[in-house]
Amino acid sequence: MKRSISALIAGSLLAVSFAVFAGPGAIEGVEKQPVNVSAIAMFLVFVIATLGITKWAAGKTKSTADFYTAGGGITGFQNGLAIAGDYMSAATLLGITSMVYFKGYDGFIYAVCFFIGWPIILFLMAERLRNLGKFTFADIASYRLDQNRIRTFAAIGSLTVVCFYLIVQMVGAGQLIQLLFGLEYNVAVAVVGILMMVYVTFGGMTATTWVQIIKACLLLGGGISLMLLTLAQFGWSLDTLFGKAIESHKMGEKLMAPGSLMADPVSAFSLSLGLLFGTAGLPHIMMRFFTVPNAKEARKSVFYATGFIGLFFLVTIILGAGAITIVGTNPAFFEGGQVGGKLIGGGNMPVMHLAKAVGGDVFLGFLSAVAFATILAVVSGLALAGASAISHDLYARVIMKGTASSQQEMKVTRYASVFLGLTAIGLGIAFKDQNVLFLVALAFGVASSVNFPVLILSMYWKGLTTRGALWGGIAGLVSAVGLVILSPTVWVKILGNKAAIFPYDHPAIVSMSLAFFVTWLMSVTDKSARAAKEAEAYEEQFIRAQTGLGAAGAHAH
Amino acid sequence: MSQESIQVKIRNNPKFAEMVGKRTRFAVLLSLIVLVPYYAYMAMVSLQPQVFATKIGEGSVITIGWPVAALIVVVGWLLTGVYVSRANGEFDRLNEEILKEARK
Repeated sequence: MKRSISALIAGSLLAVSFAVFAGPGAIEGVEKQPVNVSAIAMFLVFVIATLGITKWAAGKTKSTADFYTAGGGITGFQNGLAIAGDYMSAATLLGITSMVYFKGYDGFIYAVCFFIGWPIILFLMAERLRNLGKFTFADIASYRLDQNRIRTFAAIGSLTVVCFYLIVQMVGAGQLIQLLFGLEYNVAVAVVGILMMVYVTFGGMTATTWVQIIKACLLLGGGISLMLLTLAQFGWSLDTLFGKAIESHKMGEKLMAPGSLMADPVSAFSLSLGLLFGTAGLPHIMMRFFTVPNAKEARKSVFYATGFIGLFFLVTIILGAGAITIVGTNPAFFEGGQVGGKLIGGGNMPVMHLAKAVGGDVFLGFLSAVAFATILAVVSGLALAGASAISHDLYARVIMKGTASSQQEMKVTRYASVFLGLTAIGLGIAFKDQNVLFLVALAFGVASSVNFPVLILSMYWKGLTTRGALWGGIAGLVSAVGLVILSPTVWVKILGNKAAIFPYDHPAIVSMSLAFFVTWLMSVTDKSARAAKEAEAYEEQFIRAQTGLGAAGAHAH
Repeated sequence: MSQESIQVKIRNNPKFAEMVGKRTRFAVLLSLIVLVPYYAYMAMVSLQPQVFATKIGEGSVITIGWPVAALIVVVGWLLTGVYVSRANGEFDRLNEEILKEARK
């Protein structure tokens, strides 16, 4: 119990809410459960329905535009749901409820940090992303810069984030499914990997989008139903709910105020920077902006996505607080029936136990199936982003210099999806029982310090040059990865050293600043003819970014 | 008409400067309305956590920290609505006029 709490509070903001997939508490706490028939039955229904959708989507996926962006024909509302589906992972549901369950108010602070990037993405990025991009975020980064070097670098940035994130999701999937469904870890990882390959390879963005939409509806519906069932137990009064929570929790009144997790202001600042701008640098999220027909719909999609994500966070907070009393005082949920001891299944299980307590076995089965579906939707989005970086950026643009036919590119993209699926399964099995907490810090570190700076500067700063973008990107990559290795999570907990060389688990405060500084320095000192041309090309890019003139349109079906 | 001359027309249209200026100012203003309270909140949580331990009212156990955090989320979302309604209405109308005039 102590270890599972310390695992939860260890490290960064992010890491914490992903602790379900990462913390040693989660890993050690996993015991294979008896096979859960109702959960598996409900999950099978989901799989059959989504495979049906994939078959339908495969018929519609004829060109590269269909494959990468669903032909640009997704509406703002649908895309909003799909973005929410991409962003709300099983880790969010389990991690945040468990944070609130153990630490009270501090869990809410994390939820706010996870949320706050969305309005900013809308205000500063959404319309420009849509107007400038076609298939991948590298399209924007390399819009007026060197096609070979910047596109290659941006593709590597995407693939790095995708791989780190995939490992975290696969390891989490294996553990969670083992726990909830009673399947073997390796079997669970293989099932996730194979389904992901099928969705992406055959159905492309259309199938992935619909898997995400269905999953978002299930997750929101499941979460809200559970919240209503929970509130009913407290006579629909939040005051009663919190009052009882204070009585049953060992922290007592302290539950209701900020605690120790944010006590270090520098650490808190670094975490919030990494989350805010890391979200804006996630390739699978950015890719979603190219699936809508125009900037109008792109804006609408962020409005809906922000609403769904915010609502979901508020719901999870109430679930966590309700679980304090309902789960925390019921001996049935503790090992050996010892209230306050070790939770059955580990520290990330409060919401699952809550589902069983207020909704019985059927509701628990439903929520387990939703968690499985959630993981599938997230990994599919990741695989698609990775496959497009390989086929569109590296193969079609860099290697073939734009001479590849649509069929050739499609073929490569399908091979790439299969390759990524197999890699994900392999890595998922290789990282079994490993502490993958640091990979989350790495994914967001690279997203905020490599992808985000080049993206935002290419859209906003005329003076950005190829040399600046390249050096800045390298500085961001090296410092983000290096600082995570020197951080408490890796240097102390994994490598077993006494003290961390870099005191914060999240590197953004240093690595992101460094990336921006180096980009600026190497750009302003770049007096080459190429640099002058790149500055000149900004005008055309600026007008397109602002008006949508010449932007990739929707493809008619 | 070439793409280039359309570009020049857009650039020389005073409406373009008007739209870009208005939209940029609006986006920056809304970003500040989100970020300043958010970072003030993060600073308070980390430096003055006891402020959020005050109860919201007589006889209630809920502290002001909960509604404040919920407010940041809800207001953040409402502001996205404010931006979308103005950008998709007023600014997009201007944008269409600009594009139409440039293609003449």
